[in-house]
Amino acid sequence: MKKTPFLEVNGVTKRFGGLFANDNIDFTVEEREIVSIIGPNGAGKSTLFNCVTGFYHPNSGKISFLGEDITGYRADKICKMGVARTFQIVQIISDMTVLENAVTGALLRFNKIQPAVEKAEEVLTFTGLIEKKGLLVTQITIADKKKLEVSMALATQPRLLMLDESMAGLTRVELRGMIDLIKKVRDKGITLVVVEHVMEAVMEISDRVIVLNSGRKIMEGSPQEVVVNREVIQAYLGEKYNVVSS
Amino acid sequence: MRNLTFKQISSGIGVLILLILFPLVFQKPFPQHVMILVFMFGMMAVAWNIMGGYAGMFSFGQVAFFGIGAYTSSFLLITYHINPWLGLVVGGLIAALVAAAIGYPCSNLRGHYFAIASIAFGEIVRTHFNNWKLVGAAEGMTLPMLEESFRNFMFHSSKLPYYYIMLAFLIISLVVCYIVATSKMGYYFRAIKESHDVAKVLGINVVWYRLIAIMISAFLTAMAGTFYAQYVLYLDPESVLILPISIQIVLISMLGGAGSIMGPVIGAAILMPVSEITRVMLGHKGTGIDMIIYGALITLISVYQPKGVWGLFSNIGKRAK
Repeated sequence: MKKTPFLEVNGVTKRFGGLFANDNIDFTVEEREIVSIIGPNGAGKSTLFNCVTGFYHPNSGKISFLGEDITGYRADKICKMGVARTFQIVQIISDMTVLENAVTGALLRFNKIQPAVEKAEEVLTFTGLIEKKGLLVTQITIADKKKLEVSMALATQPRLLMLDESMAGLTRVELRGMIDLIKKVRDKGITLVVVEHVMEAVMEISDRVIVLNSGRKIMEGSPQEVVVNREVIQAYLGEKYNVVSS
Repeated sequence: MRNLTFKQISSGIGVLILLILFPLVFQKPFPQHVMILVFMFGMMAVAWNIMGGYAGMFSFGQVAFFGIGAYTSSFLLITYHINPWLGLVVGGLIAALVAAAIGYPCSNLRGHYFAIASIAFGEIVRTHFNNWKLVGAAEGMTLPMLEESFRNFMFHSSKLPYYYIMLAFLIISLVVCYIVATSKMGYYFRAIKESHDVAKVLGINVVWYRLIAIMISAFLTAMAGTFYAQYVLYLDPESVLILPISIQIVLISMLGGAGSIMGPVIGAAILMPVSEITRVMLGHKGTGIDMIIYGALITLISVYQPKGVWGLFSNIGKRAK
């Protein structure tokens, strides 16, 4: 008998008027994998994220998590089931301290403040923000804000973490830190799906890469397979670009 | 959210003792009346702050809950001779139910859209009561004179009992606000205030938590409404359901400091005496000077201290450390 996949996306289509932002997309994610979704701007990556996490409801298709059909579930319910995410534009609570932000995430699994604070401190230690826990979020750098957003997501104790461009705009040192953090998260047993433009990071962390273009999935494979694929290169660089085979 | 420090508790008790002694020192009705208004508007501002300052729903329709509280207990007292204390609870519950009924379809409204909807809601309630024969329509209702007692929630010879009852109400609302602010609810309200997206992604049921905030706020505001009816013994739509009351509640909260527990009370302690004293001293000349002073004060504070007077205090406190 076939094993139920961890996350299964089946024929998902999302239209905005006449535009097919996602057109009949299929893919699966296995537990403890890191799957990257790449593609040029407007390929439908964020839309796909929003469909899986309940921020959009697809026009057709089915999404299952741990064997349960979650298509059309509310975002907060999907989060309770163990799917956490971050946003392309950092979403944190601006009039709170770093610790309070993480506590807000941790409160999903606790009703009392004290255990949530303990959990939040544990997560901040893990992500390396514990020394800044007392700072207001307006006082920390963009890299730390991105880390904080990941911390908030981790504080909800997810089984699947979906990161939307968490490396965009980081310096090289900060990028290194984020790559190491993602690997550490995977080593904790959390599955990751990441949307990413920074190819250096994609090559290093991904077990599998899914390529979207104009709302369709055009390719899926290992990072090494993807970067030499003619169709992928055309999607990024235009059809006139010829690959010089080495 | 930190727990209360020893300093905060002791200064709180100090202020409370002063407030208990106040009417014994100032025995004339006017200062007592001003303080009663400070407490009453302070309570409504605290209630507004739970939904506006914490959960980010800027309501300009609070007067509807105030009116529903006042009308419910008065109607029950006049028509069915139901004790006003029971009427107070019923009024609070009805206000909370109405709040939920109107809050649910407004679940996705944020910022100024919510504010506009709340103005409309307040005006709809006012228009409705203005034409509702059962509750006296535009003529309003006069409460029967009952024997003065705590049980009847009615006192004729002195304002003193009203003073202490309203003080107790204010303290109740502050305790409720403190419990909300320091619990899971408080964190969730602040997340919702920041953005619905960030709240949802942390697993927060935005619709549900917003409704809780509105209902708590409505219940407390309705309590103040019942108090007002028992205090004045007369109500009509033009005295308990008009937009300026809603606006005043918002101004008090913003002036004192929205999103802090004590801020709205500070705001009431500043604005209500200013508004009452300027009205009494200058208002009868018909020059509108009272409104000018009032307006200038609000403008100054919103320009120089957007976090409100409470923000000023806490900044000084931080610098002192």
